Amino acid sequence: MATIQSHSSHDAHADLHEEHAHHESFITKYIFTTDHKMIAKQFLVTGLLWAFVGGLLSMFFRLQLGFPEMSQEWLRPLLGDWINSSGKIDPNFYLALVTMHGTIMVFFVLTAGLSGTFSNFLIPLQIGARDMASGFMNMLSYWFFFLSSVIMFCSLFVETGPAGVGWTVYPPLSALEESIPGAALGMTLWLTSMSLFIISQLLGGVNYIATVINMRTRGLSFAKLPLTIWAFFLTAVLGLLAFPVLFAAALLLIFDRSFGTSFYLSEIYLNGEALPHVGGSPLLYQHLFWFLGHPEVYIVLLPALGITSEIIATNSRKPIFGYRAMIGSLLGISVLSFVVWAHHMFVSGMSPFLGSVFMFLTLIIAVPSGVKVFNYLTTLWRGNIVFTPAMLFSIGLVSLFISGGITGIFLGNSAIDVYLHDTYFVVAHFHLVMGAASFFGMMAGVYHWFPKMFGRMMDNKLGYLHFWLTFVGVYMVFFPLHYIGIAGFPRHYYTWTNFEAFSGFTDLHAFVTVAALITFSSQLIFAFNFFYSMWFGRRATANPWRSNTLEWTTPVEPGHGNWPGEIPTVYRWPYDYSKPGAIEDYIPQNIPYSMTPGSNLPHENELVDREKDDDAIIIDESETDTTK
Amino acid sequence: MQNINLAHVEGPQQTLTMHPKKFVVWLFIVAIFMMFAGWTSAFLVARSEGDILNNELPQLFTITTVILLISSITMHLAKRAVRQDNLAAGRLLLGLTLVLGTAFLVGQWMSFGQLVAQDIYFVGGSAIQSFLYVLPFMHGLHIIAGLIFVGIVLFRIYRYQVHGRNMASIEMCATFWHFLDGLWLYLFLFLTLNA
Repeated sequence: MATIQSHSSHDAHADLHEEHAHHESFITKYIFTTDHKMIAKQFLVTGLLWAFVGGLLSMFFRLQLGFPEMSQEWLRPLLGDWINSSGKIDPNFYLALVTMHGTIMVFFVLTAGLSGTFSNFLIPLQIGARDMASGFMNMLSYWFFFLSSVIMFCSLFVETGPAGVGWTVYPPLSALEESIPGAALGMTLWLTSMSLFIISQLLGGVNYIATVINMRTRGLSFAKLPLTIWAFFLTAVLGLLAFPVLFAAALLLIFDRSFGTSFYLSEIYLNGEALPHVGGSPLLYQHLFWFLGHPEVYIVLLPALGITSEIIATNSRKPIFGYRAMIGSLLGISVLSFVVWAHHMFVSGMSPFLGSVFMFLTLIIAVPSGVKVFNYLTTLWRGNIVFTPAMLFSIGLVSLFISGGITGIFLGNSAIDVYLHDTYFVVAHFHLVMGAASFFGMMAGVYHWFPKMFGRMMDNKLGYLHFWLTFVGVYMVFFPLHYIGIAGFPRHYYTWTNFEAFSGFTDLHAFVTVAALITFSSQLIFAFNFFYSMWFGRRATANPWRSNTLEWTTPVEPGHGNWPGEIPTVYRWPYDYSKPGAIEDYIPQNIPYSMTPGSNLPHENELVDREKDDDAIIIDESETDTTK
Repeated sequence: MQNINLAHVEGPQQTLTMHPKKFVVWLFIVAIFMMFAGWTSAFLVARSEGDILNNELPQLFTITTVILLISSITMHLAKRAVRQDNLAAGRLLLGLTLVLGTAFLVGQWMSFGQLVAQDIYFVGGSAIQSFLYVLPFMHGLHIIAGLIFVGIVLFRIYRYQVHGRNMASIEMCATFWHFLDGLWLYLFLFLTLNA
């Protein structure tokens, strides 16, 4: 079924002003652009570059963990003096690698790269808006992110190394510049960069919320909103509430570091000398940090879940199972995400009673998460599944979300967490449920919306290869880590061969490292596919996945303002796939019920009369039925 | 076209919206509030760990609070004057707001001097003592942002870009200014009750 053609009447000039040709220079089109689609691509490319940097860093420390006896002299051309005289990675640099891997992946790839890309790209397109509420703020959001990226990247090259105190930057280590090399200049740059990053996220998030609430097209009520938009919307709300608190925490940390206050620092001795700080509480930082940190997990995950909902429904050719339950579970997860932060701090000496309260709240998250998983599975159930690469990555996400989510139930128990805390079990858990799952969501989104972004298709065969190598690779990397963790193997340790208890894990660690190398290398297939298809891919049609949402009613490569004519009106929810009686197995959101008499349900037939009063119908009646 | 547009009451509804930029101001207010909520809860945590402040709050805080409350009134009156296209009164009242806001800032700065006289310093004391500087200082930064906003609106009134039928920017400015007023009231009461 084709889309409604643009109006024959040309008196709607007020709405058409965006159609006039823009005389754009290279700079206003590609660099300082206010067009949400270009900003989305900027976020995407920057995010992907960061993903490769972050991934590469993890390869360095995986080599150290997997092959502790191996000479790393061959990395000297790349790492220079971080390879010490005995041919090993410098222990301080090891800590910096772990820290920067975490920071880059959580914030720069999975926050900015994921919601920055898809919120920017899809919100105006799917709600039927010409652009964001404020294009200028949107541009600022990207350039703050860019500046923050540049500073973070530069910090990799300072003499004392980048920040090396863990991505959570707990004081007192991070608050005392003299404590370790990784707390010196690198840490200062980290704090500067993150402050800019928070500003970028707030500018972006404010824009997303304002756009979703105020700029939906006619007929698009919240109850007809695609689940992607629901997810992006709630993600932005979480960011708006959580990031300012991180900023507050970071500012106090800056005061402690650079001005000598005692917010987080208690009486402390360094190199045998008493420092002037009195009475501060490092735990205070942990509370403030995790008040952001836990919602941040969902800031990373929710967009991926939204993208998956959309892709699974489209490619199962079935309505999403339990649309309202999906929204409810998104809301539930969002609310709960603010009241569970202390489960990161079970071993910080908190009262066991408080621990059991947070444990209870944490385990409740299993309910909305379970609702989502079951709804994905029931959507797939007996669907007419089309295995596009995007669909494979979405199903992969569901798989990772289940296996990573189940270990979350173990970790959420305060008693079990005392044993598992700071072991590789935690590493395995959050990499599966948040890291890999969100990454899969991001890849699914790239494969699915690539035709709309660049007007060309990505290569399917390379996509399949990329998926299977990544999917199998991710499980090969993180499954063994569970066992290593259950055995009590601690995180963050540079060397472990001295401990008799852990020397039995040499082979498992080597296996993980090899798997990680393979997984990382297979991302190069994606990089090739992505950049090659951008210029040489097969040309896309306007609606290659036969999908219902509004972005597919735009031209193949939408220009400024997205729709050349009037913005389409929305008549139905976005999941009318395989509706009995319909001519095609999908009915886009902008098709009125009066055009689909065969498939209407009784209550929808009642809506037909109301549509008659609407202008879009009058146009449709004047034209021939565009249904083919 | 027009006559058809009148009829869509029964068809797909126009979505419920408000002015996107005004909405953005509210969202920024939420973000700023969360930041101060973070600090005040950190203050409570520090206090619960036995950190107490034996001194009185600076006397000046009472005076600056009154000044800021008055500036909120002048802001409100300015908005009303502009709505009635009484631009001369609007200019005067908004200018008064600017002066009062600046006076507030000066007062806050002087109250830091009173803190120092009481032997309370930003650095070297307990966390609570530092908070006595952090909270007014960060609020002051936002007041500076608010004053810039007021200045811009005042400039726009002189250029006749803000008037009875173009109220958006002065309304946003008023919203932000009242929020800053309320925020200080919250901080002032918070410090009075908890210090």
